[in-house]
Amino acid sequence: MKPTPDTQHYWDAAANGELQIQWCNECATYYFYPRSNCPRCGSADVEWRRVSGAATLVSYVINGRPYPPLEPEPLIVALVQLAEGPRMMTNIVGVEPLPSSVELDMPLSVAFIERNGATIPVFTPKAVSA
Amino acid sequence: MNMHDGNIAIVGAAETTTIGLRPNITEIGLHVEAAHNALADAGLSIRDVDGFASAGRTPVFELTDYLGIRPRWLDGTMVGGTSFLFHVRHAAAAIAQGLASVVLITHGESGRTRLGSAPYGFDMTSSAAQFEFQYGAQAPFSSFTVPALRFLKDRGMSVEHLAEVVVAQRKWAEGVPRAMKRTPTTVDEVLAGPPIAYPFTKDMCCLVTDAGGALVVTSAERAHDLPGADRAVYLLGSGESSESQLVSQMEDPGSSRAFRDSSRDAFASAGLGPSDIDHLMGYDAFAHVPLYMLEDLGFVGFGESGAFVVDGHTSPGGSLPMNTNGGGLSYTHSGMYGMFAIQESVRQLRGEAAQQVDGVEVGFVQGVGYYFGASGSLVLSNRQP
Repeated sequence: MKPTPDTQHYWDAAANGELQIQWCNECATYYFYPRSNCPRCGSADVEWRRVSGAATLVSYVINGRPYPPLEPEPLIVALVQLAEGPRMMTNIVGVEPLPSSVELDMPLSVAFIERNGATIPVFTPKAVSA
Repeated sequence: MNMHDGNIAIVGAAETTTIGLRPNITEIGLHVEAAHNALADAGLSIRDVDGFASAGRTPVFELTDYLGIRPRWLDGTMVGGTSFLFHVRHAAAAIAQGLASVVLITHGESGRTRLGSAPYGFDMTSSAAQFEFQYGAQAPFSSFTVPALRFLKDRGMSVEHLAEVVVAQRKWAEGVPRAMKRTPTTVDEVLAGPPIAYPFTKDMCCLVTDAGGALVVTSAERAHDLPGADRAVYLLGSGESSESQLVSQMEDPGSSRAFRDSSRDAFASAGLGPSDIDHLMGYDAFAHVPLYMLEDLGFVGFGESGAFVVDGHTSPGGSLPMNTNGGGLSYTHSGMYGMFAIQESVRQLRGEAAQQVDGVEVGFVQGVGYYFGASGSLVLSNRQP
């Protein structure tokens, strides 16, 4: 993973333990993934905002054997929806990577882990992270 | 000339002489073998070709040079495995405008042997690398599959419905000599298979094979003068669209906007609806994809796709025969299966399929590319309107 000028701010914020995504001042909505212009209206009048880190689990698979450069250990590959609206791919951590560990629509909280030299946002079940 | 209305025809359609394991032929060799098989099928030669389209790791101008084509029209649209449906559509527009008269569309992929095939590589600055790969959503089996549990839950459906798709398609493959998997199976067997990415087991995931295919497209007027005029397959309608190359960014994880948009345009340009379709090819990279297609194309209502398959409507003898070659799950899947979906549709319309369905006059081919990223749709018929 290599940041680009469009994404550097996102990764810098993550390194500081903050989940920041972009907000479009024209259509007053958040969007993700990072881009210079709002995908809804095309405006370049966008800014970075720290979001709550609250999310719900939309869907997932359990990848039993990720490819390098990831470790070949099972990962819950999760699609989550942020409280602010946008969805993102992530991992559910802090639980065994088993179907019995998670349930669709469960509340989640953001956490940050180190992986391959970068700080990346992941999520934990809300009860576990409390 | 209108590019639809049956004014453009597929006059040559063929796969490589064998499919599956081809350890002694390169990827580009698969293109060449399929191209000459399709030209022979059309009763034409490479010298008749003045338009060319392909997708994959080899640029189109390298393929035309290798084949010995002097093109006046080229299309290298690359939108994953559905690219060849786009090429048929673009070729029809080009021929209707007089930009080309005979278009050759080729596919070759050494997906299994990987002979003459570039190694898999990631652009680490891509959005997918930054926001999906590092979470283990690296390969189709662990990314394309992610929305499936959402689709199922919202519809009160279950993982058994994924297995039912496999079982239904295997019933077709049993009678297809070229299919890689022909042994009858059951829901329990599919669910008990090796786990790939929960909830997906091995048989819910497409094959990985060496294979190629090619199509020859020309005007209906010219098709009438060819030796196989009675085998021409006419383009009635088509559509194309894209959404996001990132599975996480679908507007609705339980429905593909691209499927909805491209199929709507295909039906509208054909002046037909789902009830007019005799045969459906729905690109099944994974077992959930045909379920999305049945609903997004309007063949069934929201939440009805699972029961439709369970009740046998897509199986032999059913009301909507689907993936009658066994599909990417049982027939073949080189990596870009769209070509093979078109080939089976053409075979059914010509009355030449291994599992021939009676009375097929109008077929629908629905493709998908780059996970849920792109969608192409074709309405084909063996009769000119």
